[in-house]
Amino acid sequence: MPREKFTILRSPFVPLPVDNVDTDQIIPARFLKATTREGFGDNLFRDWRYTSDGTPNPDFVLNKDTYSGKILVAGKNFGSGSSREHAAWALYDYGFRVVVSSFFADIFRNNALNNGLLPVQVTEGFLQRLFEHSATDPDTVLEINLPEQTITVVATGEHEEFEINAYKKECMLNGYDDIDYLLSNKDKITAYEQSHHK
Amino acid sequence: MEPKTLFDKIWDNHVVEHIEGGPDVLYIDRHLIHEVTSPQAFAGIEQRGIKVFRPDRTVATADHNVPTRDQHLPIREELSRLQVQKLEENCRNHNIPLYGLGHPWQGIVHVIGPELGLTQPGMTIVCGDSHTSTHGAFGSIAFGIGTSEVEMVLATQCVLQPKPKKMRITVEGTLGKGVTAKDIILYITSKISASGGTGYFIEYAGSAIRSLSMEGRMTLCNMSIEMGARGGLVAPDETTIEYMRGREFAPKGDDFDRMAEEWLSLKTEEGAVFDREITYDAADIEPMITYGTNPGMGIPVTGTIPVVNKDDPDAGSYYKALDYMGFRAGEPMTGKPVDYVFLGSCTNGRIEDLRAFVRMVRGHRKADNVVAWIVPGSKQVEKQAMQEGLDKILKEAGFELRQPGCSACLAMNDDKIPAGKYSVSTSNRNFEGRQGPGARTMLASPLTAAAAAITGKITDPREFL
Repeated sequence: MPREKFTILRSPFVPLPVDNVDTDQIIPARFLKATTREGFGDNLFRDWRYTSDGTPNPDFVLNKDTYSGKILVAGKNFGSGSSREHAAWALYDYGFRVVVSSFFADIFRNNALNNGLLPVQVTEGFLQRLFEHSATDPDTVLEINLPEQTITVVATGEHEEFEINAYKKECMLNGYDDIDYLLSNKDKITAYEQSHHK
Repeated sequence: MEPKTLFDKIWDNHVVEHIEGGPDVLYIDRHLIHEVTSPQAFAGIEQRGIKVFRPDRTVATADHNVPTRDQHLPIREELSRLQVQKLEENCRNHNIPLYGLGHPWQGIVHVIGPELGLTQPGMTIVCGDSHTSTHGAFGSIAFGIGTSEVEMVLATQCVLQPKPKKMRITVEGTLGKGVTAKDIILYITSKISASGGTGYFIEYAGSAIRSLSMEGRMTLCNMSIEMGARGGLVAPDETTIEYMRGREFAPKGDDFDRMAEEWLSLKTEEGAVFDREITYDAADIEPMITYGTNPGMGIPVTGTIPVVNKDDPDAGSYYKALDYMGFRAGEPMTGKPVDYVFLGSCTNGRIEDLRAFVRMVRGHRKADNVVAWIVPGSKQVEKQAMQEGLDKILKEAGFELRQPGCSACLAMNDDKIPAGKYSVSTSNRNFEGRQGPGARTMLASPLTAAAAAITGKITDPREFL
């Protein structure tokens, strides 16, 4: 089924300079009871975003007017832990289209790509520069250019290239979906079954 | 021909097609599903107007979101009840066998797969749960997937996956007294960190690994994901074959002997190359416990919490974790008070884990300050425990055997550790809020959990051995 296409995104970003943000932080298990994909954004980073009595925690970055945008920039090893795709849904539902980090957990990376959320892996040095920019100018704008595979700080021109496999890049650019691809290969799958399963 | 690793042999045998510059189309032999990560996938294939491609390769159970008491009654919490009902409805509509609440085979998906013989050497196995790595104990390629990937497998019995790199972790030597598979994996994770295995699939090898029972190997492989690795596996040997024999869905008679021979041939060839190799000495491993908020933050139970220099680039995240736990750098772990003890989960909810716990608490009493939840991994584990009289011994010592499910490992059901309370848990994750909002988790083996349950504080289990 067609999804939103991704080519070039220019946006300010939300900094989250915390390492090892696991999927239990992104969306705690007690919010995984829904049977649809929608609405998880309300509970994104629930236990950091709200205090125990349910009021917004003024110290958490999503509750500060200072920062906004469709890009989340987070510390290394983002998305570790549980395979819950609800983490990618929650980030997307909240409005993020890109997550930048110096390191992503494997399952999260796949889940993000399968939902039109682009994981952009940068060097640790570049990541720290982004956090410095956000501290001095919260409105710092980044450009994520998927065809060129570059991430650029628009004001200064600082940039890096990022990796994405050619297949997934095509999918993101065109809004293609893995399941359509697999379904179009049913003959090969059936042939495999016949040759490999006694 | 170049010598191949066990991982390569199984992977390559399941590649339907390689996409140039992209992932492989990987055929899946066994797809395990549960109530939490499958409903959106079923909705997806229904929207496409298709049926499940291979229901005979799919098996379902309800585990994540079920109560561990009064399972004969309707689930009280509405959303949980609806989620479990949705699974029943989906399985009915698509002819998928479901071992749900009330079924004698119900239990945690990673406990029932092996005990029913659904998990077999050489297979590819996936489930919408990161601890699917557990099944690697049998010499299979097993890994967790997201819901979009669950939908792929329901629709085509395949997933698109980039082939991971290969790592071999060898543990040689004899394990010390009171040192279990859980301690091995907490030790390895403390050495290579919670992200050190990312991008890799791990083969565990060496005499200390071969000495483990199947239950121990499952505990080990289960936590591969806690290093970031997609999965881990152990080559099949006689221990594997003996475990498989007579299991419900294992081959029978001559077929079994034929398969056993094939399974025993599944091993890494001499001279095969890994992208990374690490070797540890079993004698260096002690009973372990975690002090922080990721599974890589572990130390020997007799150790002190490391001091990280404030100038260290990781200091911010490190001290954030200690703040959450209410601990200070340099403190010893032994003697710290414990409020809750949880024995269970896909990591340590099997019969051997219950036996180990019971062996230690027999003749003692649960400490008054401790609330203990003893949760069998499956109905079959529960039944076995009762046949062996473990429930009675537990009762005499002040403990209660609950009913099977994931329970306090992820606290989706009512089994939540209250905010600020300290839990010694045999599960797999000590993330902030994992066992309930504000809960403080210390991961350890069933033996260390039992010692804490008796004394009410962090205790070296070797004192009771």
